[in-house]
Amino acid sequence: MSAPTNTPFYTPPRFSATFDQHSIAEIQRAAATGIYDIRGAGTKRRVPHFDDLLFLGASISRYPLEGYREKCGTNVVLGTRFAKKPIELKIPVTIAGMSFGALSGPAKEALGRGATAMGTSTTTGDGGMTPEERGHSQILVYQYLPSRYGMNPNDLRKADAIEVVVGQGAKPGGGGMLLGQKISDRVAKMRNLPKGIDQRSACRHPDWTGPDDLTIKIQELREITNWEKPIYVKVGATRPYYDTALAVKSGADVVVLDGMQGGTAATQDVFIEHVGLPILAAIRPAVKALQDLDMHRKVQLIVSGGIRNGADVAKALALGADAVAIGTAALIALGDNDPKWEEEYKKLGTTAGAYDDWHEGRDPAGITTQDPELAARLDPVKAGHRLANYLAVLTMEAQIIARACGKSHLHNLEPEDLVALTVESAAMAGVPLAGTSWIPGQGGGY
Amino acid sequence: MNVIDLTKTPLREVNQRLQSLSADSNERLWKLTNLHGEHACAVGLTQPIEVHVDGHIGYYCAGMNQEATVVVHGQCGMGVAENMMSGEVRVKGNASSAAGATGQGGLLVIEGDAGTRCGISMKGIDIVVGGSVGAMSGFMAQSGSLVVCGDAGSSLGDSIYEARLYVQGKVESLGSDCVEKQMTPHHLAKLERLLKKAGIDADPKKFKRYGSARKLYNFHVDNASSY
Repeated sequence: MSAPTNTPFYTPPRFSATFDQHSIAEIQRAAATGIYDIRGAGTKRRVPHFDDLLFLGASISRYPLEGYREKCGTNVVLGTRFAKKPIELKIPVTIAGMSFGALSGPAKEALGRGATAMGTSTTTGDGGMTPEERGHSQILVYQYLPSRYGMNPNDLRKADAIEVVVGQGAKPGGGGMLLGQKISDRVAKMRNLPKGIDQRSACRHPDWTGPDDLTIKIQELREITNWEKPIYVKVGATRPYYDTALAVKSGADVVVLDGMQGGTAATQDVFIEHVGLPILAAIRPAVKALQDLDMHRKVQLIVSGGIRNGADVAKALALGADAVAIGTAALIALGDNDPKWEEEYKKLGTTAGAYDDWHEGRDPAGITTQDPELAARLDPVKAGHRLANYLAVLTMEAQIIARACGKSHLHNLEPEDLVALTVESAAMAGVPLAGTSWIPGQGGGY
Repeated sequence: MNVIDLTKTPLREVNQRLQSLSADSNERLWKLTNLHGEHACAVGLTQPIEVHVDGHIGYYCAGMNQEATVVVHGQCGMGVAENMMSGEVRVKGNASSAAGATGQGGLLVIEGDAGTRCGISMKGIDIVVGGSVGAMSGFMAQSGSLVVCGDAGSSLGDSIYEARLYVQGKVESLGSDCVEKQMTPHHLAKLERLLKKAGIDADPKKFKRYGSARKLYNFHVDNASSY
């Protein structure tokens, strides 16, 4: 409406809820550049999440455990179905796959140091296994990806487990991209490509299509590694009931399920924000598939995407997961988005807490970069210590909640311990709306 | 020669025996019989032994091979010699899709035809096909050489990087960013060596060479319609 002239009554400027500031800025940016936005991290929009759930705790009908005195177990064994050498983690929090290339060498080393200090595993990424991460990770999961960059049988045999990556939560159905500015000599050599070119990672595996082929591919991987290694199958959360069932059918020891909050090194913003499910909506269908096949706790389920604190860990486990994986949170623990670099974030047009241009290789914290000067900013020993601290807190927080619910092991948490604050989260998590006995969505299929 | 009858010895045991041979073992020559299309046969070998697969075989035969020579006297399923590192794999018959996929080294010879996506994402392997190859062969091929003595199906070398493709017969169509390139004396000599090494009788002068135009190496919006 027009500005006031000679009347005290006028309509103040009103912003549209549909064409909000972000939408307008994106239209303007698209019009100016002719290209979509690429960024790192997972979805930034608000989606139903673990915050929408609450634990009930003990009461007259439930008996709690003494907070600092009584034992609450946290270990998890992965790969009990077929692998000759299952792996045992002391805590049910693992480090998700992130590549050397996307991350600097010191950052990969720090992840290994932190995870090893807490008795849990780290995971390689697109680009292969580096001696540094093998050396600093007591338990290392080797990703088997569509690109097969750096894939070789020697490293396969050195791994403690193998993760066949079908997809990830930030971009289910999408491949990867490592932009030329992050392709150092070493990264180029590991991936057998020229330096400085954009490296596309394929979205499909080159030599298998569909679950029948995957069965044979898993058989081959087992034959090459003497049936020793647990074999995980990782999927982005899209059709979790069927993907979990097909992974089990294909012979997986472990299913890894990644929600849309899970981070990526570089993907189109439109892909991150509009494809896939929040992890909250994916866990129960996956668990139901395992239960329908009588495989719950026999084939382990690792979930990821937006795990931030011990309550998130406890809620994921209560919904039926055996463990969780963290990626974004682990990077933050190392030092990503630390306010101490605020001046440099400003120069990059962003601010601490919002920095997500991980693909550009200019990370002030020295984590998502291959620039030697920036990478040198991260002390892998100190950063590893911070990660170990964070993992310890996640575990203790989850234990506090579990004891309050009367559970002597984190795996004894169950949906019955939970209620939901919203109708949507109640339907997704399959737990009652708080203060009612109503679980919306029951009776529907997947 | 050690002969193993797979109706009497399970595949798991066969692979284990072949994989656990020591470097100084004198059991160098093996023959596997009655295979009935087993999958993942003779995979993960690491010693310079010679294994003859007597009959048709399933998926991923000789997968991730290192040093060994594997000869298939029959037809092969999907992904023969996938991710091979070194050594030699020879298929006397035809091979299905994704032959030599992601191979990083060594020589794969297919005396007959190969299916779709032959040499997909190859990373240094040399592949010589006596007959023709199917569609999308050399897709995202990174390095190494793919020699086709017959014809190539559609979209040859789509999104190719630095691999070299040599085709003697017709090419149905070239994929994105794949172009015909000049056959220099250097390339001719390399092709001649490869054909000779593969034991395939063909005249290198009759081949054409294809490779990357390198226009899609760094994303640019003007090329969006090429993807």
